Amino acid sequence: MNAARTKQERHDRALRIALPILVLALVLLIWEAIVHVNHIPPYVLPGPGLILGTLADDWELLSQSLLVTLATTVEGFLLAAFGGVGLALLFNQSRLLEYSLYPYAVILQVTPIVAIAPLLLIYLPQPLAVLACAWIVAFFPVLANTTLGLHSVDRNLSDLFTLYGASRRQVLWHLKLPSALPYILGGLQIAGGLSLIGAVVAEIAAGSAGAGSGLAYRIAESGYRLNIPRMFAALLLLSVAGIAIFYALSFVNHLALRRWHESALSRES
Amino acid sequence: MPPATKPQTASSLLALRGVSKAFPNGTLALSNLEFDVRAGEFLSLLGPSGCGKSTALRIIAGLSPPSQGSVEWPAQGMAADRTSRIGFVFQEPTLMPWASVFDNAALPLVLKGVPAESIAKRVTGTLDRVGLAKFAQVFPRELSGGMRMRVSIARALVTEPQLLLMDEPFAALDEITRFKLNNDLLQIWQATGTTVVFVTHSVFESVYLSSRILVMTARPGRVSAELAIEAPYPRDQNFRTSAEYAAYCRRASTALAQAMADDKAAGDRA
Repeated sequence: MNAARTKQERHDRALRIALPILVLALVLLIWEAIVHVNHIPPYVLPGPGLILGTLADDWELLSQSLLVTLATTVEGFLLAAFGGVGLALLFNQSRLLEYSLYPYAVILQVTPIVAIAPLLLIYLPQPLAVLACAWIVAFFPVLANTTLGLHSVDRNLSDLFTLYGASRRQVLWHLKLPSALPYILGGLQIAGGLSLIGAVVAEIAAGSAGAGSGLAYRIAESGYRLNIPRMFAALLLLSVAGIAIFYALSFVNHLALRRWHESALSRES
Repeated sequence: MPPATKPQTASSLLALRGVSKAFPNGTLALSNLEFDVRAGEFLSLLGPSGCGKSTALRIIAGLSPPSQGSVEWPAQGMAADRTSRIGFVFQEPTLMPWASVFDNAALPLVLKGVPAESIAKRVTGTLDRVGLAKFAQVFPRELSGGMRMRVSIARALVTEPQLLLMDEPFAALDEITRFKLNNDLLQIWQATGTTVVFVTHSVFESVYLSSRILVMTARPGRVSAELAIEAPYPRDQNFRTSAEYAAYCRRASTALAQAMADDKAAGDRA
């Protein structure tokens, strides 16, 4: 019976991988066919074949831009991760600090980044402004999740630490941080995608000012030049980058939680 | 109400003197609670839910201050060094899910800064005592409810406490597991010579385990009767099926029913 179940599971997993690929292939085929049959010019809608060709032809330029955008994203993400967790820890240790600063963190979060980016570009040198945007959008979920996690400690465990005379540092290190870990990782997962969005928004805003070399800037630039195939190629790279970031963070999440947390456990165990 | 405490024979480990506890919402959980805990005894606090048994236990542990009255520790050094002399077992196993059985049991020693080699030796010994020697590296989620409770008991025992406080530790377990743990607990109690204060709402469990039972009334909690269980230890299945056990259970049930009737009468008058 067990063997039958694993077989069923394997079958299920194969379907989950095969079906999306099949859909993709089908959509691409139809797309290509529509472009061909209707003789749509590439500056209106390029076919998937042409887009892949452009990606190969412009690889040198586009890969450079990809690296620029990825570097901004990673830096923004790291700043958000350390900044968010650090700030949450500070808030957790000092209620006064939390009351004073938390509302401003919220304001920073609810103000649309597209509206903030042009202002930042006036006052900061461009690379710094782009980084600041990536950080602003990414740090709040880390802060909010970590704060929530640090507050969701089992009451009895907390009593137990009190009973055994644990110091504040011991409570933080042995109780609060491990309790908050699943929340922190959840926040980081959101932050990964958001820091890419932040970087892209800032590059687009900066692009209209005529500087920059990231992928989003390439999209804006290609748009002005009616180089639609390159727009698609750059967009494709951005999506792939986003997917890669998501899965990398999921993997880290899995590695950190697989031994004990509900979210990482299969039903069977 | 007759005074619940008798003249002392064994030396008293701690004494609650006129302890009352009112919660911020105005509920009076305990009112003028008076009792002694004698060194080496197995004392049960038996009462209905909401009679403040757990609150009394938390006050003894120092987790919650009494609103009035005090907890006195005649034994030397006990009050000063309470953290290392008290073990506490909650109703839930209350384990750290991210830590192995070993690390969970080692927690009190780690928090006290005991050197690693010494921790390893003491934890291994304690896990052996509660029957978890083979499970040191397993995580809590891989264990059954009864096994988790064993880890919780190991954690409480690892400091070799003089006083073990247990708050309905077996209430959530099935009867077969509970009987097994009852026997193991008695064995540990006899082997270590520790004092146990055991909170329960089960007449049968309290009679089987205890050398003395305090029956409590609810809202506000106070001691309404005291029952000495003079059956000799070690107790086993034979005791559980004996006429003596049945007689004690009847007496404890009667005392509990009386306590609840008094309580209701008091409530109706109020």
